[in-house]
Amino acid sequence: MTDIFGQLARIVGERFVSNNPEEIFFYARDPGLMPAHKPDYVVVPKTAEEIQQIVRLAGKERIPLVPMGAGMSLTGLVIPLKGGIVIDMKRMNGIIEVNEKARYVIVEGGTSQGALKAYLEKHYPRLRHSIPDSPATATVASNTMIHGQGRLSQQYGFNSDMVSGLEVVLPSGEICRIGSCALSPYWFSKGAPLPDLTGLFLGWFGATGIITKIALKLYPRKKMRDVEIFVTDRDDLVSDMVYEITHTEMVEDITIFAQPMPMIFKDNHHITLFITGDTEEELEFKRKMVWSCLDRFIKSKDGGFMSVPPVMKPTLLDMPQRSVSRFADVKKGGGFEYSGPIIPVETYPECARKVMDLASTYDLGYSAMARIIGRSHCMMFGFAFTFNRADEDMMERTRKALEEVSTFAIELGGVFWKPTIDEQRLALEKMDPVTRDLMKMIKGNLDPRSIMNPGNWEVA
Amino acid sequence: MRYEDIVHRCFRCGYCKFTGDYSDFNCPSYRKFFFESYSPGGRMWLIRAWLNGEIKNTDRFQEILFSCATCANCVEHCVFTFSEDLVNIFIAAREELVNQGIIPPAVRDYLKNINISGNPYKEPAEERGKWAEGARVEPYDGQDYLFYVGCVGSYDERAKKIAKAVGNLLADAGISFGILGDRETCDGNEVRVLGEMGLFQFLAEQNITLFKELGIKRVITLDPHAFNAFKKDYHGLGGEFEVYHYTQILAPVVESKKIPLKGYQAKVTFHDPCYLGRHNGEYEAPRKILHGIPGLEVIEMDQSRENAFCCGGGGGNFFTDILGGGEESPNRIRIRQAYATGAEIVAVACPQCAKMLDDAVKLEELDGQLEVLDVAEIVTKALG
Repeated sequence: MTDIFGQLARIVGERFVSNNPEEIFFYARDPGLMPAHKPDYVVVPKTAEEIQQIVRLAGKERIPLVPMGAGMSLTGLVIPLKGGIVIDMKRMNGIIEVNEKARYVIVEGGTSQGALKAYLEKHYPRLRHSIPDSPATATVASNTMIHGQGRLSQQYGFNSDMVSGLEVVLPSGEICRIGSCALSPYWFSKGAPLPDLTGLFLGWFGATGIITKIALKLYPRKKMRDVEIFVTDRDDLVSDMVYEITHTEMVEDITIFAQPMPMIFKDNHHITLFITGDTEEELEFKRKMVWSCLDRFIKSKDGGFMSVPPVMKPTLLDMPQRSVSRFADVKKGGGFEYSGPIIPVETYPECARKVMDLASTYDLGYSAMARIIGRSHCMMFGFAFTFNRADEDMMERTRKALEEVSTFAIELGGVFWKPTIDEQRLALEKMDPVTRDLMKMIKGNLDPRSIMNPGNWEVA
Repeated sequence: MRYEDIVHRCFRCGYCKFTGDYSDFNCPSYRKFFFESYSPGGRMWLIRAWLNGEIKNTDRFQEILFSCATCANCVEHCVFTFSEDLVNIFIAAREELVNQGIIPPAVRDYLKNINISGNPYKEPAEERGKWAEGARVEPYDGQDYLFYVGCVGSYDERAKKIAKAVGNLLADAGISFGILGDRETCDGNEVRVLGEMGLFQFLAEQNITLFKELGIKRVITLDPHAFNAFKKDYHGLGGEFEVYHYTQILAPVVESKKIPLKGYQAKVTFHDPCYLGRHNGEYEAPRKILHGIPGLEVIEMDQSRENAFCCGGGGGNFFTDILGGGEESPNRIRIRQAYATGAEIVAVACPQCAKMLDDAVKLEELDGQLEVLDVAEIVTKALG
């Protein structure tokens, strides 16, 4: 019988491999509601070469492999559905290179969003990346792997659109470079003018390879940031308002929140606009442009700018917004989960009404949070429910509410973001069969032994 | 278990592991072991699993619980309203293990030694005051302050020098103080954080009774750990006296130039002790002393004050050494952070930190390039 533990220990060092019940328990679950599945081993490698050896061992022994960043998707994407080896990437946390003039950074596969933010602020104060509101420990690679969104998504699209190169360990154990870095020392493009091969990996949740390096585009960091909130009780006008705001091209980011507490927020929709500038004049110009574009809604008494209390500003301007995590403790229970379909902005009213209906039906605490992606090209609409982890009944009600969201969202024309295993099945069922076959062909050719995060994007 | 009603509230978002600016992981045990199970969130989830019977009390579980340095970085950075209780929760879980009698041998031996000898070194009580030989200190006899030295300052060779330096400076400053010598016993801070609440209460009551008998109203401590116990835990047990860390007494002395300092030419970086800084909010006193020394250039580490990285000695690890060994042991990480500033001296204000970092200097082969000195030792050098 092969001594898998011993072989893993030889690769990463005995300290960094475990099959102890404590690690098995912890890595069997994420903070969301998906059922636990135990891994057989957890490893914490330091180098891409170690990952190559792990992948080769897993291939030879046909052991499932699950690469993991911070495990914060909440939808079970790094729960090892078929056991095997969880590869915790967070020891590979280096920042390898910043090309200031070409505005990109290369980081290792386990580098956190927080570490990159801090590094840029310290060493390159004129550069920034698109920071998501997931906790700071979320890794750059995993966030792009799930097509995350962040502070710059309204301007530049999904965070995965900002990738400018990848290094991937293939299921064969080979290291492959994707983008300009495949033939150039520069990591400025993920594809163009070559065929864009990043699509073989991004969005696959590790089912086709393990990202060991990633290059990300950086953008100008202005000296000042401010936030304005436009409030309306007309959910049917939200998409019109967003259309006008995006037309100005004056804002950094647009999020919309609707929540029942505090009471003054109830039944209102808060279009939160982040504005940046290098001077007070630039900020003021942008503010005026935005005010002016919404003038007609103010005149028709369908909305108005609320005065943002000074105590609220730091919370809103925080990157990442720590208040998002605090939502987990609204019921003093340490849990929240959301379904966040990517969906046209014009469906905002249906989505907003649905989240409130579900909260009422299942007696749950809720928050609706949308982020505009691109110039109103689409949005992520988060149907978020908070639950008490010690209250099994509340957890079950939350599961049911989220199941309803899945069906609702797909019927409304949405596409699941970071889908649970059940949502992946739904998506594959609804998908154009030729597209589905293409996905099957890609997965089958890249990972013929089906060792990479098996269960995910598995076409029958 | 105390705090049982809170453990399920951790979302395991991981803010607790970081510095405030997210530049690095700042939890000593997570940095050393790098499994999520050794992070504050990991402990929360595993304590709950243990309470629910989903995992057992294994050697690994004990290592996970007792490797916490109780440095309170998690308390500082956790985003939830129960953040203040994080370290208390870990201590409460340790308490349960202690009550069951299933704990790491090193923890058991430490507690046993304190119980039998009143100190972790198994040294006789008569030896306790020996550090003061040749120092300008007197036995306590109604002076304004008691100078409480603690176990490490009394018995550890490196720490004894620091105790002597502090004693002499207090004397130079004309402070009216005395020591307990062989009447002194352990303050119990580490006994409490290792979860032996009965023994802690016994030690605390013993000290409180003695202090009351002697009419002690004000205490100066050498060790931030004793400072913490006296200030935060003794009050609830009837210990009504003012408590100062020695840097809080010396800072105004140096600022007012009550001690004439000739100066000392060196680059120095200050390492904040967790039980002075994060636990008790005292960041300024040691810095005021250092800034008051002519010629001294003070350079801050990136991870300082609320974001200081622990030396790895807290939470009883100074004695149990669960966090020791290997390049990623916290004291070696911390000494590399200090070295990166370009400083020649790492200033400390805690005898446990001094010893931990001294060891790290040797392990990192930085002898001759970086020296660990207590703030009091630097002031002594500046006297000329």
